[in-house]
Amino acid sequence: MKITDITEKLDLKVLAGTDGLKTDITGGYVSDLLSDVMGNAREGQVWITLQTHQNTIAVASLKDLAAIIIVKGAKPESDTISKANSENIPLLSTTLDTFTIAGLLFELLKME
Amino acid sequence: MQFRHKIAGGDFANAGKVASSVKKILRQLNIDHTISKRVVIALYEGEVNVVAHAYSGIVEVEIDESRIRITLTEKGPGIEDIEKAMEEGYSTATPQVREMGFGAGMGLSNMKRNSDSMKITSTPGEGTVVELINNIRANAG
Repeated sequence: MKITDITEKLDLKVLAGTDGLKTDITGGYVSDLLSDVMGNAREGQVWITLQTHQNTIAVASLKDLAAIIIVKGAKPESDTISKANSENIPLLSTTLDTFTIAGLLFELLKME
Repeated sequence: MQFRHKIAGGDFANAGKVASSVKKILRQLNIDHTISKRVVIALYEGEVNVVAHAYSGIVEVEIDESRIRITLTEKGPGIEDIEKAMEEGYSTATPQVREMGFGAGMGLSNMKRNSDSMKITSTPGEGTVVELINNIRANAG
């Protein structure tokens, strides 16, 4: 499954990083602690978080994550958006909360 | 191969830059991915520690056939109790830093877990030196 599939099926808004939308997804990771993501997330996972600052992009890029989903309609800072574009990390947004979007993504990936 | 970078305390905007450039170099050198992933995690955490706790720091990276050696030398408040600082969940980070999702007390343990050897020496009131070594297996690449 690619990022474009989940943006469509989960009605996610693409805020930045459109060049990375063709990336394959291997799974998901949920955390708002950057060191937890750094230590435990795996390549190709979609990271679901409420953090909106630019350090999330550095973490996603270093870990080769497939995308970031920002929950509850939170608006990322402008430097987060520009960094996501330069690092080709798709920055996606949902109005849903973490529990709900994680559940929907889990169901979607389970069907593969 | 040897290079050094300066890190400014409080410069969260650039946290991860050194790890990013080292990641690219390790790829070019065809270093085994499991090794480079660990180096990137440990180095990122080291960088964040300098940004979050120190006034300034220098990262030195040395790569040869057998190992990757990273030394983070920083001027800062130092660590009073290294053993305590190593405990998972213990942190002296400010509330602002914690709000960003840093300061969860996982940094040093991430560094230890992702290096083959880690040495910390610290002088309270002066600063801290952290040396991280990751060995490169003979058959890597």
